[in-house]
Amino acid sequence: MPDQHTENRAQKKEVVVRVKRQQSPKEPAHWEEFRLAWRPYMNVIICLRDIGEHPVTSDGKSTTPVSFDSNCLEEVCGSCAMLINGKARMACSALVDQLEQPIRIEPMSKFPVVRDLSVDRQFMFESLKRVKAWIPIDGTYDLGEGPRMAPEVQEKGYPLSRCITCGNCLEVCPQVNQHNPFMGAAIFSQVRLFNMHPTGKMHAKERLSAAMGNGGIEDCANAQNCVVACPKGIPLTESLAEVNREAWKQSLFGWLLG
Amino acid sequence: MRQPKIIVVGGGLAGLMATIRVAESGVPVDLFSIVPVKRSHSVCAQGGINAAKNQKGEGDSTAKHFDDTIYGGDFLANQPLVKRMCEAAPGIIDLLDRMGVMFNRTPEGLLDYRRFGGTLYHRTAFAGATTGQQLLYALDEQVRRHESEGKVTKFEGATFLSAVIDESGVCRGICSMDLRSMEVTTHPADAVIFATGGIGAIFGRSTNSVVCTGSAQSALFQQGVDYANGEFIQVHPTAIPGEDKLRLMSESARGEGGRVWVPRNPNDQRAPRSIPEAERFYFLEEWYPKYGNLVPRDIATRAIHRIVYQERLGLYGKAAVYLDVTHIPRETLDRKLEGILEIYEKFLGVDPREEPMQVFPAMHYTMGGIWINGQDQATSVPGIYAAGECEYQYHGANRLGANSLVSCIFGGGLAGPAAVKYAAGLQTGADSSSSAVFEKEKKRQEEKNQALISNQGSENPITIWRELGDIMTEHVTVTRINKNLEMADAQIRDLQARYQKINLSDLTKWSNQTLNFARELGNMLILARVVTLGALARNESRGAHYKPDFPQRDDANWLKTTRAKFCDGEIQLTYEPVDISQIPPRPRRYDAAK
Repeated sequence: MPDQHTENRAQKKEVVVRVKRQQSPKEPAHWEEFRLAWRPYMNVIICLRDIGEHPVTSDGKSTTPVSFDSNCLEEVCGSCAMLINGKARMACSALVDQLEQPIRIEPMSKFPVVRDLSVDRQFMFESLKRVKAWIPIDGTYDLGEGPRMAPEVQEKGYPLSRCITCGNCLEVCPQVNQHNPFMGAAIFSQVRLFNMHPTGKMHAKERLSAAMGNGGIEDCANAQNCVVACPKGIPLTESLAEVNREAWKQSLFGWLLG
Repeated sequence: MRQPKIIVVGGGLAGLMATIRVAESGVPVDLFSIVPVKRSHSVCAQGGINAAKNQKGEGDSTAKHFDDTIYGGDFLANQPLVKRMCEAAPGIIDLLDRMGVMFNRTPEGLLDYRRFGGTLYHRTAFAGATTGQQLLYALDEQVRRHESEGKVTKFEGATFLSAVIDESGVCRGICSMDLRSMEVTTHPADAVIFATGGIGAIFGRSTNSVVCTGSAQSALFQQGVDYANGEFIQVHPTAIPGEDKLRLMSESARGEGGRVWVPRNPNDQRAPRSIPEAERFYFLEEWYPKYGNLVPRDIATRAIHRIVYQERLGLYGKAAVYLDVTHIPRETLDRKLEGILEIYEKFLGVDPREEPMQVFPAMHYTMGGIWINGQDQATSVPGIYAAGECEYQYHGANRLGANSLVSCIFGGGLAGPAAVKYAAGLQTGADSSSSAVFEKEKKRQEEKNQALISNQGSENPITIWRELGDIMTEHVTVTRINKNLEMADAQIRDLQARYQKINLSDLTKWSNQTLNFARELGNMLILARVVTLGALARNESRGAHYKPDFPQRDDANWLKTTRAKFCDGEIQLTYEPVDISQIPPRPRRYDAAK
């Protein structure tokens, strides 16, 4: 990588970026191109900030700064998910030197556009409510220590707890679209997380019921795009398989076991 | 029977904890946040959360945690509240555990604890190296549950503009702006709890997230909410330099055995792993034999600055030193540090398991913040409470690693019930306030927006912000010299004059991030002066505040809290005694046991 930088620096490279703009939800979208000065370790957020500081297109037209969501800039908050060269990913970790130019930047397509690259992901948070993605503690008053947990259980649970609700897995899922309220891999992986916790397990039935029905686990068609797209490497297909199995058992035998 | 109403501004650990406590008491709560709450900056915290559970057979105790904290803070913190926090910490860990945080476990299935800076005990509970994330998510999940039961109403994508304060100086609610519609609205409440976090943006680049501007604290300051110990700014020793952000490399890397070093020979061009041990200068270990790599952050940062700027031993002549974890077993790295190693790898393309990381200090945290009393997180304005990093009470002149997460949850947990008690005790609530006071504040804020939109100047707000960051980072962080501080303050006042002539490149009335940034910038400039003037006045060195011209701690003259007030548009500094009733001050040294 140092060689690439030396080479780029020597050539005083430019970075050409094309952004799909949309002023507001009801207005039509259009593309704008920008030419930026290359610097080492540049990422797409830096590109968007450059545009913000000097919002002039490559044919000299004055425009507005690009509207986009970002916060942590280190892939833990989940804000900056977008399509970069057609791929759903986080903008902060999309390094310019690893991207083919011109770099095409668009908002995710499975969520309503607010403005430019900023989209509304409230659907995911509503889904988390629906599947009761929490441990229902009695209260915050002192009840002593929590239940013991084998390290192996923690090692399975911890990766699932790193879901940043970015929406990448919904973006790449063919079952998530306007005609189908499929909740998406992230949500079912959270169901698995809470069902594996000693306290959460006590309410697994409720959670599994909520994970079935309209937009529920039965709609997963095993495309397996989700696990590839997840920026945190969460074993989503494992989660989907487990929740599917548990849900199936529950609907088949639940009535029998009461 | 009047139903009280509480507003919480800020959805990080402190804000969410306050929200949960209010919701549990049956009082409705409106929660305002710029970002969806689980994207708050608390999510970035990495290493862990302290509690003296004494599960490592070391004879640890909350008394020792208390002493480590007061000592680490160089005796500037008011002691009673800190003691309460340390005593409450084990219970806080238990609570988070019950909420489902995936803490690392021991073979017996108990929580595991690691060692952190400024202590010799293993009392830091952790979830990999992303602990803040798991803690934040646990509280986020609890709030979602209360929200689904109708007890909490969220206003995400909304920013705080100002408090609504009536003629008798009592807070009756807030004025906020929706960040999509840009609409300014007022919201009545009997008490408002602010948990608006850190102020990294005034330093340009820091380890903080984009929303950490201190704008809310500054707006409150301008309305009479005093600000304390603003000059105490923590610069974390190990961060990855970067153009957009200085990405934190958690202290836990050192907690698990990571070592800081530079080649003894400054001209050594060899790859780090080919440099033999004898030719490496492990300077923290040599200078501080007792605490080694786990000296408190101010000590480590000054040591690194000394190595780079005085000894001129920075790597390849740059402002960088090695943070080396290559000698640590893979299994440990995977189980305990994966989250942070991943950051280094993703953003720099180098695997820290194979090659030592290059790091340098970065502005990280503010010990100073909104002044609150010593009992219940109440500020100097009735009806306004503060919790978390945005207030000043818990960390004195320097914060110990892994104490922030405790103080946020503890302070938020106090503020919730305190605000409810205050609200329930009011003779007349916000619902009885005349609408005129709300209308007046709404109009004032709308006019401010309009003024920015119609301003015909030529200054770019981002340029002003960059210059502010450069001034603050160069003159108001690690090494403070009075001549430079005076110059910095003059330069900030220049920036304020230029701010009057800014021109927004975006005048649209929908999702206008430029307008919001311009609002925040005005506030940032004022807060920057509070920090700078506080530093200028304090002629001693204590904790993170270091003046080479006054290199000693001066308890006789300076064992006091700086309390800044905004009077007639001017920043006035006053001072208050520190409560040192439990532990008498003693010299602070980390080369030997305390």
